[in-house]
Amino acid sequence: MITFQIPGYLRTFTDGRGRVQVAEPVTTVREALERLWVAHPGVRDRVVDEQGQVRQHVNVFVGDESIRFTGGLETPVADGAEIWIIPAVSGG
Amino acid sequence: MVATRNVNVKDGDVLVMVGTMKGAFLLRANGARKRWDVGGPYFPGHSVYAMAFDGRGKKPKLWASTNSMHWGGVLRSSTDFGRTWTNPESANVKFPTETGASLNQIWKIRPGRREEPGTLYCGVEPAALFESQDDGETWTLNRGLYDHPHRALWQPGGGGLCLHTILPDATNPQRMFVAISTGGVYRTDDGGHTWNPRNHGVRADFLPGKHPEWGQCVHKIVAHPSRPERLFLQNHWGLYRSDNGGDSWQDIANGVPSDFGFAMAMHPHDAETVYIVPIESDQFRCTPEGKLRVYRTRNAGRSWEPLTRGLPQKEALECVLRDAMSVDHQNPAGVYFGTRSGVVYGSPDGGASWSKLIGGLPPVVTVEAAVVGEVRSSGGRRKTNSAKASPRRASVRAKAKSARSSKRATPRHAKVGRRPAKKK
Repeated sequence: MITFQIPGYLRTFTDGRGRVQVAEPVTTVREALERLWVAHPGVRDRVVDEQGQVRQHVNVFVGDESIRFTGGLETPVADGAEIWIIPAVSGG
Repeated sequence: MVATRNVNVKDGDVLVMVGTMKGAFLLRANGARKRWDVGGPYFPGHSVYAMAFDGRGKKPKLWASTNSMHWGGVLRSSTDFGRTWTNPESANVKFPTETGASLNQIWKIRPGRREEPGTLYCGVEPAALFESQDDGETWTLNRGLYDHPHRALWQPGGGGLCLHTILPDATNPQRMFVAISTGGVYRTDDGGHTWNPRNHGVRADFLPGKHPEWGQCVHKIVAHPSRPERLFLQNHWGLYRSDNGGDSWQDIANGVPSDFGFAMAMHPHDAETVYIVPIESDQFRCTPEGKLRVYRTRNAGRSWEPLTRGLPQKEALECVLRDAMSVDHQNPAGVYFGTRSGVVYGSPDGGASWSKLIGGLPPVVTVEAAVVGEVRSSGGRRKTNSAKASPRRASVRAKAKSARSSKRATPRHAKVGRRPAKKK
């Protein structure tokens, strides 16, 4: 099982939940996210664009590591991992 | 977080929709347009580059394109004047996967002709046109334009590579214009299957060849439904008119302090009258001489007159962006614009006098005005549901009154057809 940490803005699409668990076995962040899209489809287009790429100003962490530096969506995830979806420090 | 206020709207009210870099606002007044109620902020934190009023259905519908730097953009709509908005689970405007493109911003929402009640268009960045035939439920990329061989060579302007203006021909359902920065004007004559550049005579000061077939940075085009073959164009340097559906353009920058600018609005009842807000230059995007002046032509560009009553004429280094000016269809017409400094001005008398409707907003990106209860769309002539005096007779009265007032108010220098000094 892995656990997603959902930021406040996206909780509109997770029935208000800040933690979403995925029980099915997954091996990569991509697989984990695809499970998340099935359960909460409204999250998908906010986190990735129509080409399936994580949006520029969204960061995804596995534990403390940003997936930008660990293999992107192919970053491995182990059973029990926590995946954080966090808006980047950006604005204007 | 500031609380969101709502406005109570009824038939005959004038609604001014204001999109800013950090949310949207609704301004409402009755037909007199003296006192304005303010609703909003809606979508706080989201940029709202496009808003539209669609009065063609049983219930008026407001549209807004909302874009979050983090979470992307969607089209949202409201049928209760902003009290509630849709928030679709899936982004409703998306590039097909095989294009490899992804949506950056929705720049324009345009209801189709009155005879096409389910048709909507939107223009986006990267430059492309989307179309909906089911009142915005589903959207399709216009492949005729997207697959155009020029597309790969279009270059982004300062705001990005955007398709920002959509202008369906009022009488010919097969014809439509779009404007792209930086690509220029393109026209279809076969319902969107094929598109051809229509920029002959429009200059591109930023290219070695000043008059290319395409590649101009067109900022806005407008046309009056009664004269669809005549178009006006505010360019990135240059003011133009075409009398032949865009086949050729002639310079009409006669007596304006600068021919650089963004916004342009067509008078709702007079095909000769157009409004602009000249800007100093592309380097110094502020109103010339620190004066916030709307310029109006009432003779299709042969001369322009400054409209200043009620607008700041000292230390006003303002900018009005390309979609931040609009008119309502009352008689006399209301004219509205918003500035990058977050002020919205309005005129209830066709531009003769102005007042600040609201200030202190985030930078204003789009302004759209509408009369509630009035059916107005891209092509059809207006039709009001309100029991009012004959619009035609009112128009004649308003025009006569306006002409009398203009005779008194027009400064002498405004009649001098002097071309502006070219800015570098």
